[in-house]
Amino acid sequence: MTENNELIRLSAAALAEKLAAREITAVEVTQAYLDRIAAVDGKVHAFLHVNADEALAVAAEVDAIRAAGGAAAEELHVLAGVPIAVKDLIVTIGQPTTAGSKILEGWHSPYDATVVERLRAAKMPILGKTNLDEFAMGSSTEHSAYGPTHNPWDLDRIPGGSGGGSAAAVAAFEAPLALGTDTGGSIRQPGAVTGTVGVKPTYGGVSRYGAIAMASSLDQIGPVSRTVLDSALLHQVIGGHDPRDSTSLPDPLEDLVAAARTGNVEGMKIGIIKELHGEGYQAGVENRFNESLELLKGAGAEIVEVSCPNFKYALGAYYLIMPSEASSNLAKFDGVRYGLRVLPEQGPLTIERVMGATRAAGFGDEVKRRIILGTYALSAGYYDAYYGSAQKVRTLIQRDFDAAFEKADVLISPTAPTTAFKLGEKLNDPLAMYLNDVATIPANMAGVPGLSLPGGLADEDGLPVGIQLLAPARQDARLYRVGAVLESLLEAQWGGPLLDKAPSLTDSAVSSHGGSH
Amino acid sequence: MTDATLSFEEAMDKYDPVLGFEVHVELNTKTKMFSSAPNVFGDEPNTNVNEVDLGMPGVLPVVNKTAIESSIKIGLALNCKIAEKCRFARKNYFYPDTPKNFQTSQYDEPIAYDGYLDIELSDGTVFRVEIERAHMEEDAGKLTHMGGATGRIQGADYSLVDYNRSGVPLVEIVTKPIEGAGSRAPELAKAYVAAVREIVKNLGVSDAKMERGNVRCDANVSLRPHGRERFGIRSETKNVNSLRAVEHAVRYEIQRHAAVLDSGEPVIQETRHWHEDTRTTTSGRAKSDADDYRYFPEPDLVPITASREWVEELRATLPEPPAARRKRLQADWGYSDLEFRDVVNAGVMDEIEETIAAGATATVARKWWMGEIVGRAKNADVDPGQLGVNPATIVELNKMVEDGKINNKMASEVLDGVLAGEGTPAEIVEKRGLAVVSDDGPLLEAIDAALAAQPGVADKIRGGKIQAIGAIVGAVMKATRGQADAGRVKELILERLGVEG
Amino acid sequence: MAAINRDDVAHLAQLAHIEMSAEELDRMAGELAVIVDSVKSVSEAAGDDVPATSHPIPLTNVFREDVVGHTFTAEQSLSGAPDAYEGRFKVPAILDED
Repeated sequence: MTENNELIRLSAAALAEKLAAREITAVEVTQAYLDRIAAVDGKVHAFLHVNADEALAVAAEVDAIRAAGGAAAEELHVLAGVPIAVKDLIVTIGQPTTAGSKILEGWHSPYDATVVERLRAAKMPILGKTNLDEFAMGSSTEHSAYGPTHNPWDLDRIPGGSGGGSAAAVAAFEAPLALGTDTGGSIRQPGAVTGTVGVKPTYGGVSRYGAIAMASSLDQIGPVSRTVLDSALLHQVIGGHDPRDSTSLPDPLEDLVAAARTGNVEGMKIGIIKELHGEGYQAGVENRFNESLELLKGAGAEIVEVSCPNFKYALGAYYLIMPSEASSNLAKFDGVRYGLRVLPEQGPLTIERVMGATRAAGFGDEVKRRIILGTYALSAGYYDAYYGSAQKVRTLIQRDFDAAFEKADVLISPTAPTTAFKLGEKLNDPLAMYLNDVATIPANMAGVPGLSLPGGLADEDGLPVGIQLLAPARQDARLYRVGAVLESLLEAQWGGPLLDKAPSLTDSAVSSHGGSH
Repeated sequence: MTDATLSFEEAMDKYDPVLGFEVHVELNTKTKMFSSAPNVFGDEPNTNVNEVDLGMPGVLPVVNKTAIESSIKIGLALNCKIAEKCRFARKNYFYPDTPKNFQTSQYDEPIAYDGYLDIELSDGTVFRVEIERAHMEEDAGKLTHMGGATGRIQGADYSLVDYNRSGVPLVEIVTKPIEGAGSRAPELAKAYVAAVREIVKNLGVSDAKMERGNVRCDANVSLRPHGRERFGIRSETKNVNSLRAVEHAVRYEIQRHAAVLDSGEPVIQETRHWHEDTRTTTSGRAKSDADDYRYFPEPDLVPITASREWVEELRATLPEPPAARRKRLQADWGYSDLEFRDVVNAGVMDEIEETIAAGATATVARKWWMGEIVGRAKNADVDPGQLGVNPATIVELNKMVEDGKINNKMASEVLDGVLAGEGTPAEIVEKRGLAVVSDDGPLLEAIDAALAAQPGVADKIRGGKIQAIGAIVGAVMKATRGQADAGRVKELILERLGVEG
Repeated sequence: MAAINRDDVAHLAQLAHIEMSAEELDRMAGELAVIVDSVKSVSEAAGDDVPATSHPIPLTNVFREDVVGHTFTAEQSLSGAPDAYEGRFKVPAILDED
C-alpha cells in the first residue's frame, strides 16, 4: 500500500507532528508498521517477538485521549503514539526477554526496565523485541541463539552487532525508532553498517536498570533511529537520573532536541583522531569520512588533528574488562530461579551438576568464551596483570580524551573500519570479529558519549558507511548539534535520506539469499 | 567415628592456642542492604523480596544509608578507624542461596579497621582483643535440606530455597590473631562474643539475638608449641549459635588439635561444624585460603566517602558504652563488686534490668535471677535468658510472697510449674492448692503436737537456747506440708512457750 | 604471562560452572590462547604510577533512604522457577557443605 509505504518512511518527528495535528491516528501508524513487519521480517529477521495486541491497545488509547481533547490531550508526550522496537536485552512486562539466548527462552520478566517505564509513560506503542548477539556479545548478531538478522541493504550480510535487530528494524522501516544497548559499539556499529543513526549516551546518562548486564562499567542504553533529531527526541524520553541505578548521573538532561535544531557548527573545532582512521580502514570508508570533513569545514567548522596514543591498548583492555564483568554478571543464570534448567544425563543429580549442564546447554560458544576469559582475568594471580592493568588503561584513555577535548569540541572518526561483511565470513575468527569495534570501544572505556550517523555508501560495494562523533562526558548535546548539521549537508548532497537508496525489500525479484547489487 | 582429643589440661600443657573470630552481625534496618524489600524475620517464604533480591536479570543494587550509618557506629564502638573512602567488591562463588552467585561485600577497603575491644573476664582480668576490620556485606537466603534422614545436607534428596533473608545487611567483624590467652582461651572466646553482642544491642543497630541468627560466630583455632612464633594450621568452626557453644567449641577444638598434633599428624586446614548435642565438631569442606573468589570492585556501586564531619556527627549519637553502663547500673542497684560481677558473669544483667523495670526491687531481682534461675538454667543446659522466665512472672511471684499468700519454698515450686508450662503463677497456685496456712488454729495444733513430741527441745528453748526452735519449726512445716509461713510458726512457738524471741 | 592451556580451561570451566566436553576444552584452549596473547600488551601499557579507574564517571555516596518499597507475592517470585515446592525454589541435592 503506497499510503502505508509513505507512512512508514516518515521520521518519528514527522509522525509526531502529523499525530498531534490529527492528520493520522496512532492506530494507523502502528498498524502500518505491523503490516511492514509481517511483509519483510521473514527475510530480515529483526524481531524475536512482535507485540501487536498491546501496541495497538496503547495506540488506541492515545487516539482516544487526543480525540477527547482537553488537558489530557495537552499533556500527551510529543512522541505519544509513535511506535518503537526494544532490543531483547531490556526487560519488558508482557513480552518475553531472551537476551538472544536459549537460557532465557520464553522468560517473562515480572518488572519493567526504567526506560520501558518511560516509554510507557510517554505512551509509545512497543512493537516488539529485536534480535541481538547472545547477551550482547558480538558485532554481527550471528551469535543470537535464534538465528541471525540480515542487513536490509544486502540480506547476505550482517547488520552489525550486538544490536543488529534494532538497527535492521529501523533501516527496513519496520519501526521508526528503537532502543539498543552499547557496551563496545553495539548501537553505533550496527548504525554504521545499516545506514541508520545510533547514539551511546554519556555513561550514566540513561538508566541501566532493567538492561540485562553485560559489562556494568561500560553498558549504556541508547536510541536507534533514521535521523539525528529522532534520536534526540528518544534520548530525551529515556534519559535522566534514576534512583534505582546508583551509577546514573544526578544531573538533569540538557535540551538535546534544541541542540539538534541548532543548525550550525560555526566556530566549532572538530578533531580527527589520528589513530582511528587510515591504515586498517577500508578505502571506501576512508573516502566517505574525508568527504564529511570537507562538508563540515565548508560549514564553518575548524578541523584539527588530535592524537590518542593509548587507544592502541583500548581493544585489549576492553577484552579484559568486559569479559571479567560479564563472567560475574552472567553467573546468575544457573537454572535455579528462572530460565532454562537442564538435568545432566548421567551421574548424580546435584545442583552443581545441574548448573553445569544448564549453562553448557543454555549458553552459546561466544558467551562461554568470554565467561572463561573473564574468569581467567579475575582469577588469583592474574588479577593485577589483566583486570587491574586494564583498569589502568582506562585511566590512560580518559587522559587521552581529556587532552583531545582541550583542542577540539567534538572528535570525529569512521564508526567502523569496514562496511557490512558477509554472514559467516568472520565467525571462525573471534579476533577478526573483535576488530570491528576498534573505533567505538574507546568511548565506552572513557564513558564519553558517541553518535554514529550515515556518511554515505562505499564506492567498492555500495554499502553504508558510518561517521562517528564523540563529545566530552555530559556534553551529549554537542553530538546532536554537529550530527544534525552534518546530516543535513549530506542529505542535501544525496537529494534525500541515504535510506532512500536502499533496495526494496518487497520487490519480488529480491529473495532472502543471493542477488547482488 | 569421633575424633581423638587430649584433655584440656594436657593440651594447654603442651601447646599455646591462637584464636581468631569472624562475627557476623545482622543489622535491624527496615530494609535490606541493597534493596528496599523489608528486613523482617519469619513471614511466608519469598515474599520479603523484590526483583533485586532474587537476582533477576537487569537488576541493580542501591545502598541503604542507615546500614552505612550503623556500620560506622559499630566501627566507632569497636574503637576502629573509619575509612575516608571505601568501596564494595564482588565475592564470586556459586551457591543456590546466593541469588546473583556473587555476594556484594567489601574486600580490601573495609569501612572500619584497626580497632580493639577490652574484654573483662570473670575474675576481673582485662584482655585486649585487636580488631582487624569491620566490613559491610549482604546475607544469603535460607536453604532447607529435605529428603534425607536427619535434615542435614548429606543424604538430602533436594533442597528448598527461601530468599527472604537474602540481602539482609550484615557487618562482619574480624579480629586479628588473638595470642596469649593460654588456658583462658575458651573463656575469652565467650566473653569476646558476648561483648560484641552487647555492644551492637546497646547501639540499637541489631536485635542481637544469637538464637535468631542476629549474631553469628565463626571461631578459628590453631595451636603451636610453646615458645614458637609461627602460627599452627587453623580450623574454622561454624554453626556456633550461642555463647556457651562458643566456649565449648573453642575448648573442643583445642583438645582435638592437640590430639592430632600429638599423633604426629598435621592439622587439616578446614571448615568444621559444631554440634551442640554431641559437643563435638565434624569435618565440613576443606577450607582453602586459595578459594578463588575473584574479588573485583563492584561496578554497580560507587565509593563511599565518610567525611570526618559525618563521622563525628554519628559519634555524637552513640549511646553510653556498655562498660560505663555497667558501672552506672551497679551504682543504681547498690550491689557490691562481687555481687555485680557474679551477675554479669552469670549473664543476667539485662534480665535483672528488665525485671526491675517490671516493678521489682534490685535486691528482689537479684535474689530470683541468681538464686533461682541461674541454677535451673545450668541444669537445663541453656543460657539463663533462654530458660523461659519473663520479668512479669518474677514480679508476680515475688508479690505473692510479700503478700504472704505463699512462702519462698512454694514460690520456687510455682516457678518450676511455670517453666513446665502449667500456666501463670496465679493459675498454678490455684491448681495445686498452694496457700500459706494463715489461720493460726491448725498451726497451733501442729505446734502443740511437735512440742509434745520433743519435750527436750521445748525445755532447751525455755532455757534460752532459741536456736533449738528449728527442730520444732521443721516438724510443723512437715506436718503442714510446707504450707506454713515459717516466720509465723516461730512466733507462735515462742508465744506458746512464753519466751521472748 | 603463561599461555592458557587445556588444564587451565578445565579449571576455569569448573569455577564458572559450565560443563565442557574434552573437545570443547581443547578448542577453547586454542581460541583463548590467541585472544590472551593479543591482550597481554595491556599489562605493559601503564606504570605503577597510573591509578586504576573502575568507574568511568566519578560519583560517590549514592544512597537510598531506609524505606520499604514494593515486594513480590510468592507467586510472582516463583513465576519463572524451573521447580518449586510449597512456596520455595526447589533444587537437587547440594554436594558441598558450607
